[in-house]
Amino acid sequence: METWNSAEEVSLALEKAGYLSDDRIAQVVFLAGRLEKPILAEGPAGVGKTSLALSIAEATGRRLVRLQCYEGLDEAKALYEWNYHKQLLRLQSDEGKAWHEIEGDIFTEEFLLERPLLEAIRSEDPVVLLIDEVDRVEMETEALLLEVLDAFQVTVPELGTVVANHRPIVVLTSNNTRELSEALKRRCLFLHIDYPTVEREKQILAAGVPELSEAMADKIARTVRSIRKLAIRKAPSVSESLDWARTLLALGIEDIDSGVTKGTLEVLLKYRSDIEKAERELLDS
Amino acid sequence: MIDTLSSFVGELRAVGLPVSTAEALDAANALLHIDVGRRSAVRETLAATLIKMPRHRSAFDTAFDVFFSVGEMPEALVPDAEQVQAASTGAGDSDQGLADLMTQLAGALQGGDSDVLRRAVREAVSRLSGFQPGRPVGGRYYLYRVLQRLDGIEEMLGDGGDEAGLAAQLDEDDVAALMELLRAELRREIVRRLVADRGAEPVARTLREPLAEDIDLMHATREELQRVEAAIAPLARKLATRLAQRRRRGRQGRLDLRRTIRRSLAHGGALIEPQFRPPRRSKPEIVLLCDVSGSMATFARFTMQFTYAVGSQFSRVRSFAFIDEVDEVTGYFGPGTDFVDSMDRLSQEARIVGHDGHSDYGVVLRSFAGKYEDAVTSQSTLIVTGDARNNYRDAENALFHELAATARSVVWLNPEARRFWDTGDSVMSQYAAACDDVYEVRTLRQLEEFVAAVALPVPRSRSEFLN
Repeated sequence: METWNSAEEVSLALEKAGYLSDDRIAQVVFLAGRLEKPILAEGPAGVGKTSLALSIAEATGRRLVRLQCYEGLDEAKALYEWNYHKQLLRLQSDEGKAWHEIEGDIFTEEFLLERPLLEAIRSEDPVVLLIDEVDRVEMETEALLLEVLDAFQVTVPELGTVVANHRPIVVLTSNNTRELSEALKRRCLFLHIDYPTVEREKQILAAGVPELSEAMADKIARTVRSIRKLAIRKAPSVSESLDWARTLLALGIEDIDSGVTKGTLEVLLKYRSDIEKAERELLDS
Repeated sequence: MIDTLSSFVGELRAVGLPVSTAEALDAANALLHIDVGRRSAVRETLAATLIKMPRHRSAFDTAFDVFFSVGEMPEALVPDAEQVQAASTGAGDSDQGLADLMTQLAGALQGGDSDVLRRAVREAVSRLSGFQPGRPVGGRYYLYRVLQRLDGIEEMLGDGGDEAGLAAQLDEDDVAALMELLRAELRREIVRRLVADRGAEPVARTLREPLAEDIDLMHATREELQRVEAAIAPLARKLATRLAQRRRRGRQGRLDLRRTIRRSLAHGGALIEPQFRPPRRSKPEIVLLCDVSGSMATFARFTMQFTYAVGSQFSRVRSFAFIDEVDEVTGYFGPGTDFVDSMDRLSQEARIVGHDGHSDYGVVLRSFAGKYEDAVTSQSTLIVTGDARNNYRDAENALFHELAATARSVVWLNPEARRFWDTGDSVMSQYAAACDDVYEVRTLRQLEEFVAAVALPVPRSRSEFLN
């Protein structure tokens, strides 16, 4: 990462790792490396926010540490926790000894359960830290993240302060189900990833499904764009257009028309009302 | 560069974008690491450091084009007199010249080479805009002129095939995308000339547009409404998520003794991990009463979207729409329905016009109390949206107070500016006396504030009551 000299190099490295970026993505990833700032990637589901982090890890040869966020995620699940089951057993097996003899024993590495944030900080090798769907955690947990992202150090009262050997590359993703705090946004480089342009989607299709003919890739990308323009509940994601391409290939279909699309629309759209709408507005006109 | 950056940041703030000093410093710092000769690199770098919300991006781009257009000065700033005159008489070039130019433009658009396109656009603006240095007109005027002269280029962009169905639709969308590109390039070129003529700051001032969240919904133009619509969907989703969170979180339930003892076996019988029953699901009852009359037409779509969001989240929501008759529309907006379809059904099927299609709150209240007397109970929160403009008819205020006394709480959302309440035929304060809260909701920003107020966790004493 630190060896990248320009956004173009980033773009090439990501491509080698199987991720087709665009100007915007490459530029932000490059800056993240230079400024040592976290990337906050936001956008609709299925545009490749998470896979960007995976690909950065692959391109840099770093290990990926992933923190999947959910409602109710707390310090014990994000940072560290003492394995008190084990501590309890230890206390029971040491019965009869004085407290000061055992106290030092049960608060050691052996009884520490390392969670993703601590793991990323304590890692011997540089890592990529992916904090996935950060919009799901509560405000209090967000504050904890802020603290960690700011200094990359954590204080465990019994063990002392742990400082990161290497600053991890951090990618946070958000589906924008709630507004993140100003403080968190301020610390990050903001990257909005939208559905790809027809050109880029064609490239993604060509890379993901190499057997696909160029004419088909073009038609698929354009059809998917037209579907995304409809006012529907869940627009098809990139992975769904890849699925569609594979489906059409498996069925041996060589040209796309209304009939073919109608028969395979379930691959792209997941709601009954969306399918009906697409049929009505796109295919029957 | 620092000067340009700081006036750029000043402009962003003037438009209403929240840019902190820390972010401005980040931007300056980031610029040190990139090749500032490349405009797209500068653009993305500044966007990543200064803009933290996708819906602010278009305002950012407008300002960026103004402040960072220098460095590529137009070769011929002042068109020769002949051209100006030709353009102003409307003749312009010969028809042949115009046709050639259009072919060139269409080719450049379809070819996809941005340099070729830029040259063609530059040519088109020189020849067709009738640009006059020093003339105090906005960029929109020139854009309009050029597009008017280029009338017919849209047909040239299509492949002319007479397919039907899907293929035709795909072509149509292709052409729409190319036209959008053409408009963007023309706008950029015109802005560049204006800036060269008048300087960045005055031009930026003329191009300022309110952010989507600040647009006044009752008086929005069609273009503005489109931007609002785009911003509503995420807001509605956010509201739904937040309401669900509040419902799930709540206070913890009672101690679950059996599970606690079972869990304790893992620790040799020590009761160290108390287990709780999940809290009982709270079942807030919401009754929505929405004015969808003409004066409220634009706002109605907006409140209905709100209804839609709430309706997909709770089972016990009943919604009613009215003009001078009230009808239940709950079924239209249930989970799994499509919003646009629901709006169609609402306008076609619902019986919301009783007499003459002008709002009549009195008749509506009487009819509501008669037809749906069981709708509002001591458990329900009643949310009314409307401007309380009653066309000088009987307000039935006593009836509303009675209704309010039955409900657990009553909230009124009024899309009019507070200073107009009680002017003319508005009877807001009569109704307001019976409400727990009255909000002015003229913009998305205000709706968001209202949503935050209702959806954030309520204080413990009240949440216990809710559970």
